[in-house]
Amino acid sequence: MRVAENLNRALHHVFETDPDVHLLGEDILDPYGGAFKITKGLSTRFGDRVRATPLSEGAIVGVAAGLALAGEKAIVEIMFGDFAALAFDQIVNFASKSVSMYGRPVRLPLVIRCPSGGHRGYGPTHSQSLQKHFVGVPGLSLFELSPFHDAQRLLVDMLALGEPCLLFEDKVLYTRQQFEDGRIDELFQYDLVGDVARVYVEDPDDADCVLIAPGGLTQRALEALRELLIRYEINGVLLVPTRLYPFDAEALLPLLKRAKAICVAEDGSAGGTWGAEVATRLHEHLWGRLRRPVKLVHAADRVVPAAAHLEREVLVGAAKIRDAVLEVAGVR
Amino acid sequence: MIADEDLALLLLIRRFEEKLLELFGQGLLDGTTHTCLGQEYIPVALRPLLTGDDFVFSNHRGHGHYLARFADPAGLLAEIMGREGAVCEGVGGSQHILRERFLSTGVQGESLPVAAGAALHLKRREPGRLACVHIGDGTWGEGAVYEALNMASLWELPLLVVVEHNGIAQSTPTELQLAGTIAGRAAAFGIAHHRTESTDVEDIRAELGELVGRVRGESRPLVVEFATHRLGPHSKGDDTRAESVVRAARDHDWYPRYRAAHPNRVDLLDAGATELVERIARDVAERPLVKGAPGCG
Repeated sequence: MRVAENLNRALHHVFETDPDVHLLGEDILDPYGGAFKITKGLSTRFGDRVRATPLSEGAIVGVAAGLALAGEKAIVEIMFGDFAALAFDQIVNFASKSVSMYGRPVRLPLVIRCPSGGHRGYGPTHSQSLQKHFVGVPGLSLFELSPFHDAQRLLVDMLALGEPCLLFEDKVLYTRQQFEDGRIDELFQYDLVGDVARVYVEDPDDADCVLIAPGGLTQRALEALRELLIRYEINGVLLVPTRLYPFDAEALLPLLKRAKAICVAEDGSAGGTWGAEVATRLHEHLWGRLRRPVKLVHAADRVVPAAAHLEREVLVGAAKIRDAVLEVAGVR
Repeated sequence: MIADEDLALLLLIRRFEEKLLELFGQGLLDGTTHTCLGQEYIPVALRPLLTGDDFVFSNHRGHGHYLARFADPAGLLAEIMGREGAVCEGVGGSQHILRERFLSTGVQGESLPVAAGAALHLKRREPGRLACVHIGDGTWGEGAVYEALNMASLWELPLLVVVEHNGIAQSTPTELQLAGTIAGRAAAFGIAHHRTESTDVEDIRAELGELVGRVRGESRPLVVEFATHRLGPHSKGDDTRAESVVRAARDHDWYPRYRAAHPNRVDLLDAGATELVERIARDVAERPLVKGAPGCG
């Protein structure tokens, strides 16, 4: 099963089991079923709980927040995650504030889905990964889709939080395989430790380097780890959390107890990154034990070009992750 | 004839707002506040047209809206002063209040889409109820207003948009910030619009009763525009208007009109409102500072 299908099935499940859930977004109705076909079949089965909207990202999120405050639950599809910028006020100044600014906890079950990332040639305004712009907003949780985590459980958990959540969904990941039963391929296996998927070859505790990355980078991270192992005999473990913020560094510590080198990779552009936040938190605990500071991998401090060969230069690819691991592992 | 209850509420809001400016002047209040002096009659007139099951979305100038819904001047003052008994534990302050189905928030235009969402819920689950949202003339500069009106009309939502058009956005006169008319804007979305210049609560209710009934019965939005007048500053001590402009605003004040019509009743009720506000102000000022809410700022 592909990741997109897993997510589509998860949405169907949520709508089947919870009559209070609404979905709002642009072009989400059948037969179109959303720009990335994630919402296929929902409008046919669930009628006006699935609502096609005008091109009004701010008001879409505002309406969803109003539904949530009134006792229902809302999922929003932002067609391209880039457009979440149009809803920044509703997300940051209203939905996230409302859960605490009235002096008591207020339930606001709201999931804002953001198809994100490049490698598709869509150019500067349709290829971004805007996670970092939403890091550190009180009352706002950030999640990312992963091929290791079942989307059904993820959606149910996010709605149960009762606070606004952004769900980042890598657009290329949609087309990849959803992993099941702990086996990735002939080389890698994985298990889930709490929220974190742990990918390893044989012994997850015996690794030269730990690579931490959101789900969207999975394929590139696996490609890097494969080459590192086969060509450089560096044994790496990949950790994929679904919750990016608030980031539970303490929960990660048992998985890092023998780590000597750590690398954090993400798709956003350089400067004020999610990885920097993770590194800061890990340094508090691991400083003095690591051979060198946590190494960050992110896209360049440039816009994402449309032409494929130029886009590759800016975005994070397997080679960039490989080189970062080689550096932090002391090989180069 | 206006009922004692309405007169008393009008006077309570007037004296409450004046007291806030006085407390600010004495350095006893922090932050900022936006009084509704001159506009008190709007929530008072709307009061019997709304029920506790309707949502009310208020804005930065919301003390009158709150006091017309809840007989709780002490809770509101405590919120503004950060004292015990604060309706939102002192976290929200003057312009961020949530109580039952009353919600205010401080960013212009932001609440209109949220109100549309609440109206969508009501239409599906609680037909016959409405979401009322207060905005000003300045709010029409925000794109969120237009996005929400489009959806409200498209989806036939029971949304009552109350525009308190006081002719000035903070310090900027309407003619410097608003092209066209509010009526024209409503018409562009196919939304019914009613403008009133009255400051008489009975006349306003007579004008609006049937229209508001249609918002409920037919589930459709309505824009009601009050041509109103801000007597006081935008917040505190920041009134840069010419004396002649302020005088013209005072000519529309409901107070002298009601007092001329009902001198004995107004004076008696005014004395009661003044005494109540004085007593509450003394009482709240002596309360301990609010402790704050765990996990809520």
